[in-house]
Amino acid sequence: MSIFLNKDSKVIVQGITGGEGTKHTARMLAAGTNVLGGVNARKAGTTVNHQDKDGNAVELPVFGSVSEAVQETGANASIVFVPPAFCKDAVIEAIDAEVPLVVVITEGIPVQDSAEFWAHAKANTGADGKPKTRIIGPNCPGIISPEESLLGITPANITGKGKLGLVSKSGTLTYQMMYELRDLGFTTAIGIGGDPVIGTTHIDALEAFEADPETEAIVMIGEIGGDAEERAAEFIKANVTKPVVGYVAGFTAPEGKTMGHAGAIVSGSSGTAQAKKEALEAAGVKVGKTPSETAQLMREIFEGK
Amino acid sequence: MDLFEYQARDLFEKHGVPVLAGIVATTPEEAKAAAEKIGGVTVVKAQVKVGGRGKAGGVKVAKTADEAYEYAQQILGMDIKGHTVHRVMIAQGADIAEEYYFSVLLDRANRSYLAMCSVEGGMEIEQLAVERPDALARVDVNPAEGITEAKAREIVEQAKFDAETAEKVVPVLVKLGEVYTKEDATLVEVNPLVKTGDGEILALDGKVSLDDNAEFRHEDHAALADKSSADPLEEKAKENDLNYVKLDGEVGIIGNGAGLVMSTLDVVAYAGEKHGDVKPANFLDIGGGASAEVMAAGLDVILNDPQVKSVFVNVFGGITACDAVANGIVKALDILGDSATKPIVVRLDGNNVEEGRQILREANHPLVTSADTMDSGADKAAELAHSAK
Repeated sequence: MSIFLNKDSKVIVQGITGGEGTKHTARMLAAGTNVLGGVNARKAGTTVNHQDKDGNAVELPVFGSVSEAVQETGANASIVFVPPAFCKDAVIEAIDAEVPLVVVITEGIPVQDSAEFWAHAKANTGADGKPKTRIIGPNCPGIISPEESLLGITPANITGKGKLGLVSKSGTLTYQMMYELRDLGFTTAIGIGGDPVIGTTHIDALEAFEADPETEAIVMIGEIGGDAEERAAEFIKANVTKPVVGYVAGFTAPEGKTMGHAGAIVSGSSGTAQAKKEALEAAGVKVGKTPSETAQLMREIFEGK
Repeated sequence: MDLFEYQARDLFEKHGVPVLAGIVATTPEEAKAAAEKIGGVTVVKAQVKVGGRGKAGGVKVAKTADEAYEYAQQILGMDIKGHTVHRVMIAQGADIAEEYYFSVLLDRANRSYLAMCSVEGGMEIEQLAVERPDALARVDVNPAEGITEAKAREIVEQAKFDAETAEKVVPVLVKLGEVYTKEDATLVEVNPLVKTGDGEILALDGKVSLDDNAEFRHEDHAALADKSSADPLEEKAKENDLNYVKLDGEVGIIGNGAGLVMSTLDVVAYAGEKHGDVKPANFLDIGGGASAEVMAAGLDVILNDPQVKSVFVNVFGGITACDAVANGIVKALDILGDSATKPIVVRLDGNNVEEGRQILREANHPLVTSADTMDSGADKAAELAHSAK
């Protein structure tokens, strides 16, 4: 099994006619994702042409709104490639249409916009008291359940299906780690994004991997800034029985310098890689100093079994 | 982007937050003219983006304009915790009866905003939070609503203002909330917020951080950037839209994706321990769409850093496949020509890796060495930097 996304997920693309939307719609279809249409209010009623993974031509309808797209296609997942200035409205539209899973790829969204759409999602809860919409991102590579479905921009051919779950703040570092551990393979790999405000957290993913019977062990990748890794460590200690191997990027990052991600900054004594490593190790997580060492730690766990 | 106090003061004024007159000056002459214009007692305040300037002698009360001149002369050029004072603000003197604290900031953990307020202002808020946590009201602010009047009332009530003062503070908090939301801030802090002898509420000192991602909807924010303190290489990188941070080492780093570049810095630093303790010279993320031009601009910035002795290009080909990256490197070296003189270690992995490595082999550039893994590439780059030192 995989988490959050599987071969039956029905996908629409918000911003399907734009440059990024077009490129990645093609890639997602090639990876086997069940893409059923897209949204662009100005191009409603038109279609876009692509190929599925077997090379057959597919003609996808462009709808004027998310709710219309959901109604017509039965979609239960959406991916957002809308430019930063329009992203908040796009995500709120998906929340209002009660799409269960929304992946926001867009980079450079003002953090107040993210905080606003998150507040909106939080206010729209189902019978179980949880938000009806799960948001992944923004500023993330999305989610892939290898050989099943890709809802994001991760290269689909790095690794096949396997027994590991992966959750990471970073995109290319996720690819690097999937590559290092391609011998073991993955149930699902999620890039949750490096922005200060994100939808799905390390903890959400850890909880889902713990509950997934096919995931045997979990790789967690963090980076400097904030205290998400420390909170994840507490969660692991109390709730995760499966082995977890961790990696934290940014040991040599100096204080006060933002390292690319808006959230990746060491401020004062908090947010350092060392503090995160120690918190994770205190929770029984083995932490590698480099991606290759981290992969080796994971292999040792399986060899020791 | 963190603002100077005088910039925060100007934003406060723009949104109707009560502030005193304040004029920024870069010379003692300007300071004197400002003091004359404001009249009466003024305060000469060093403009640095670091706390503790009062203790460092960066804040002086001037009774006359001549005194303001003298103090400005003392304070300008002063070093406060590694920050050189390039500007002072001449502020109107205030008759302070009471000092309070207020801030509203992004609360990452709760994915919300948090307002903090205390009737015991003036001191370091971190200290207050530790020593007298009960004295610091902490109120969650819904990002979809901001600081409404009802929310401001909740804040002053929790902070235990007396009824009369509370009435006066509420509208000021609403205005400060407007500064936060309308300017796309991630922090608005007033310390102290004061009550004067006449019972008036004033924001006497402010700290504001703005969200760089929101610059597209605030044309005026670009002018607030402090060019004087930026590193010239960082400035050049910014002009080319490169995500670059100068560090203090010898191995130049280029990679794609913030996480992978941060990880590369670590791996190079570990490898450096075996090679004369060389360290990474920079952080440079060329992002997902690394065209030849972007690669050339990146290499140009790094090769112009006199500290750099070798360069490590570490790319995982995802959306931009390795052949495109390899072409970028080859073209970049063509563009740079003889100005490129330092050895470059390239590690490629991921999409179209074989094609990418083949392109580098065929180009056979004398400066370029290929590495099979991130670890071996880091080791080679560190070794080359060490031997060139």
